[in-house]
Amino acid sequence: MTELTDLTVAEIRDGFRAGDFSAREVAEGFNANVAAAKALNAFIVETPEKALEAADAADRAKAAGEALGALAGVPIGMKDLFCTQGVQTTAASHMLEGFVPTYESTVSGKLWAAGAGMLGKLNLDQFAMGSSNETSYYGNVISPWRRNDGGNAALAPGGSSGGSSSAISARLCPAATGTDTGGSIRQPAAFTGISGIKPTYGRCSRWGIVAFASSLDQAGPMARTVRDNAILLEVMSGFDPKDSTSLDLPVPQWEANLSSDLKGKTVGIPKEYRPDGLNAEISAMWDRGIEWLKDAGANVVEVSLPHTKYALPTYYIIAPAEASSNLARYDGVRYGQRDLPDGAGLQDMYAATRAAGFGPEVKRRIMIGTYVLSAGFYDAYYTQAQKVRALIARDFELAFEKCDLLLTPTAPSASFALGEKQADPLAMYLNDVFTVPASLAGLPAMAVPGGLDAAGLPIGLQIIGKALDEQTVLNASLAIEERAGFSARPDKWW
Amino acid sequence: MTESTYRIQGATGEWEVVIGLEVHAQVTSNAKLFSGAATAFGAEPNTQVSLVDAAMPGMLPVPNRECIRQAVRTGMAIDAQINKWSRFDRKNYFYADLPQGYQISQLYHPIVGEGQIAITLDEKNPETSTKVIGVERIHVEQDAGKLMHDQHPTSSYVDLNRSGVALMEIVSKPDMRSPAEAGAYLSKLRTILRYVGSCDGNMDQGSMRADVNVSVRKPGEPFGTRTETKNVNSVRFVMAVVEHEASRQVDVLEAGGKVVQETRLYDPDRNETRSMRSKEDAHDYRYFPDPDLLPLELDDAFLEDCRQSLPELPDAKRARYEGDLGLSAYNAATLTADADTARWFEALLAEAARIQKKGESDVAKASANWLLSELYGALNRLGKSLEESPVSAGEGAELLALVADGTISGTIAKQVFEIMLETGDKPGRIVEEKGLKQTSDTGAIEAAVAKVLADNADKVEQYRGGKEALFGFFVGQTMKAMQGKANPQVVNELVKKALG
Repeated sequence: MTELTDLTVAEIRDGFRAGDFSAREVAEGFNANVAAAKALNAFIVETPEKALEAADAADRAKAAGEALGALAGVPIGMKDLFCTQGVQTTAASHMLEGFVPTYESTVSGKLWAAGAGMLGKLNLDQFAMGSSNETSYYGNVISPWRRNDGGNAALAPGGSSGGSSSAISARLCPAATGTDTGGSIRQPAAFTGISGIKPTYGRCSRWGIVAFASSLDQAGPMARTVRDNAILLEVMSGFDPKDSTSLDLPVPQWEANLSSDLKGKTVGIPKEYRPDGLNAEISAMWDRGIEWLKDAGANVVEVSLPHTKYALPTYYIIAPAEASSNLARYDGVRYGQRDLPDGAGLQDMYAATRAAGFGPEVKRRIMIGTYVLSAGFYDAYYTQAQKVRALIARDFELAFEKCDLLLTPTAPSASFALGEKQADPLAMYLNDVFTVPASLAGLPAMAVPGGLDAAGLPIGLQIIGKALDEQTVLNASLAIEERAGFSARPDKWW
Repeated sequence: MTESTYRIQGATGEWEVVIGLEVHAQVTSNAKLFSGAATAFGAEPNTQVSLVDAAMPGMLPVPNRECIRQAVRTGMAIDAQINKWSRFDRKNYFYADLPQGYQISQLYHPIVGEGQIAITLDEKNPETSTKVIGVERIHVEQDAGKLMHDQHPTSSYVDLNRSGVALMEIVSKPDMRSPAEAGAYLSKLRTILRYVGSCDGNMDQGSMRADVNVSVRKPGEPFGTRTETKNVNSVRFVMAVVEHEASRQVDVLEAGGKVVQETRLYDPDRNETRSMRSKEDAHDYRYFPDPDLLPLELDDAFLEDCRQSLPELPDAKRARYEGDLGLSAYNAATLTADADTARWFEALLAEAARIQKKGESDVAKASANWLLSELYGALNRLGKSLEESPVSAGEGAELLALVADGTISGTIAKQVFEIMLETGDKPGRIVEEKGLKQTSDTGAIEAAVAKVLADNADKVEQYRGGKEALFGFFVGQTMKAMQGKANPQVVNELVKKALG
C-alpha cells in the first residue's frame, strides 16, 4: 500500500471520502513526517494538534453524514507570513518573534473553513525577502534535494516560500500556501520539483498576510500536481471587502475545467527570455517544453517583450519602496520586539528596535526603498519605475494579441548551494529574472517541473497567462505535467 | 470686492500682512476613514481602535464611503471643482502616535480642487465689506493618535482613539490681508461645514483646527517668507496669531534680519508664537501613492446624490431672508450665521405663518425681532444655547400670534414670555389664566384717560402749550392704569381725542 503521505491532495480528499482511510490517519502520518524532518528546518512552529483537530472534525462530519468541505481531511502547511489566530506569526523575523495574532488571515481562514488542517507555520525568507531562504531569523531551510555528485552540499529550497517547497517535496505536507511578490512561489517550486501558481493580482485577499510590497504580493498554492494547485486555489480565491485591491469576481471552477488539450491555443515564446549565456540545460528544458505543448495541440509563435531587461531593476525599486513604508509599523511601540536602551528616548528606541529586529537583507531593502522615495530621487527612481512597469504590462498585452499564454523557464538555474550567492545580493536578485515581469504586470503564472538536470536537480518551466485566465495557465501546466512525467523525489537523508 | 486697508505701522513705513489658512476639519462620520472603528469624542483611551488603526501586521485600509461623500459635499458647498479621479498617498514619518509609520493623505491628486468662500467683514454693510477668498484644494487624510505625557513619571502613553479618524484639510489661497479677514474666513468656513453637516466645527474639542501661514511685505511687493503656526484652535486665537506673528516679522525685518521659514506654535497663555522646527529640520516625508488602495473614482450618480443632499447654504439663505422675507441685512446675517439658528428661525417662521394664516414674509420681521431680542436676551440671561431653549419654536409662534391678532400687547407679551420661561406653560393658557387679554373696551379706556388727564393737569397745560413730546407720557400712564391690558392703538386714539 502507498504511504498516505505520498498521496496528492486530490487522492487524500477522494480516499477520505471513499472511506479508504480516516482523516486522522492522514494527519498522523504527516505529523510524524514533520516531526522526523527537523533537519530540513522547514517549520518555524509545528502544530500537530491543529492538524489532528481538523482531521477529527472531518472524521466526525463524515460519520455524521454532514456536508464535507472541499479540503476535508487534508492537512497543509501554512507559510509563516499568514497571520493565524492564536498561533505565532513571525514572517521569519526576530521583530515579530512571539507575536500571536488575535485574527486569522482571509486566505488561511478560507482554507480552515474548507476543512483543511494546519501542520504548522512554514519557514521563509525574512519578511518574504530573499530567493534562497537564507534570510530567515530562524535559520536556513534546507532543500531535501542533493546533487548526484556524492557531495553533501546543503542546497537552497528557493525563496521566499522555501519552507513550503522543502516541506512539500519531502512529503511533510501534501500542499502549502505560498506568497509571491517577484517569484516567491514559482522559483522555490522550480528548485524542489513541485508546482505552484501565483494567480492574477487581486484573486486572493491580502488581508492578514504580513505585507512586503502591496502592489505585488499575491498568495497562491504550492503542491505536487497541477490538479492539487487548482483545488487549493479555488478555496483560497475570492473577493474580500477588507482588501480594496481584491477582485470582486466569482471564483471559476478551475479543477472541474482542467484539460490538457491545447488545440486552438497559441503559445508565445518570448525571445528576450533567452539571453546569451542562458544555462544550456535550462535552455534545453525550455525546448522540450515547447515540444510538449505542441504535442498537446498548441501552436507556437515567437513573441517579443522588449522591456524585459528593465523588469528586474524596476522590481528592485518598486518592491523596496513599498516595503520601506510597509515595514515602518514595526517600531517597537505596540507589538513585537522593543529594544529600549537605558535612558533611551523615542528615536533611540526606534533605532535599537529596528537594528535588532530586522536582518541584513530586510535592512538593505528598507534602505534602498527609503532612498528611491526620498526628495530629489523620487522622480528619477520611483516615478520612472512606475512608467517602466506600465510599459512591461503593455508588452504583455501586445504579446497576448498574438498568443494565449507564454512559456518560459522559471529560474535561470537549478538550486544552488546554501551560502553560494549570499555574499552577492545582485547575483541573488538575478534568480527572479524570469518571474518578476509577470509579477509587475499582475498576471497569473505557474511553475511546473520538467525534469532533472545533469546534477540530478529539478528544473522547471513557467507558464504565464492573461489576466484572470488561470484556467489556461493550469491547463498548459497540466499538459506539461502529463508529458514530463516528473516522478523524481529526493532520497530521504534527513 | 473690497481691498483691505489693514497695515502694520513699522519704523520704515507700512507693511501689509498676507495670510493663508490650512484648516483641518474632522469629518462627521460614525466610522474612521479606513477602518470600521467608531469616532466618538471623549471615549476612554484606546477603546475606539480597530486592528487597522493599530497597524497590526497584514491589516489593510478600506475607504469609508461616507467620509468621501462628506468631502465631496463640502467641495460642492464652496463651489469647488470635484475631481472624479483622486488618489491616496502615504506620508511617511515615525512617531509614536502614528501606528502605520505613515499617514494616508492626498498630496498629488486631491479629491476637491479650487473653490471659494465669500466673507463679510461688516454685516451691517455687506455690499462694501464682502471679499472672496480662494480655496486651493480640499483633501482627505487620516488623523494621528495622541500622546499623553502626564500619566507616568518616565513614560508616555499613547491613545489611538483618534488614529485613523477622517480629516478634511481645507487649504486657502494666500488671499487674506488682516486678522479680521482671517477670522471671518474661519468663521464662515465653520458655518458652511455646519450647514453641510460634514464637520461639527467644534474647535474646542479639536474637531476643527487651523495652521496659520503668515508673511509680511511692503504693499505692492512680492510675497515675503512665511511662517506656519500649527494647530490653532479658535477664531480668536487665529486672529491673535496673525497679529502677533505679523508684528514679530516686521520687527525682525526692520532690525535687518530675515524671516526664517519655519513651523511655530502658539501659546495662548502668553499670546506669543514660538519656533517649533525650521525648514532645515523638516522631514522628508517620502510621499508615494498608497499601494494598498486603488485610485478613488467617483461616478455621476454618486456626485448627483451628493449635490441633491446639500441644504440651502448660508449665502443663499441670507439673500433669501433679505430679498424674500424683507429682513435687514444685519438680521439676515445673524440668523444665517449658524445652521442651528437658521433652522430654529425657520421652524418659528413656518409655525407663525401657519397659525396666523399668513405668508412667511408677513410674519418674518416680527419673528426675527422676537428671536433676536426677546429669546436671545432670555437665553443669554439663563446661560443657555438655542438648542436648550425652554421655549419651543411652536410656543414662540403662538406668542407672536397672540400679539399679531391683538389678544395681548407687546408689553404683555414680554410678561407672558417671562412666565413661559419660568413655568413652561403655553402662552394661550397663561394669558387666559392670568387674565392678561388686552381690552379694546372704549368705555373703560376713556375713563382711565380722563383720570390720567385730570391727575396731570399741569402736563396737559404744557402739552397744549406745544410740548407734544408729553403725548407718550399720557399713553404710558393710561396703559399703566389699565395694567398693560389696553389695546395700545385704541389708547392712542382716545388720548389724542381727549387732548383735543
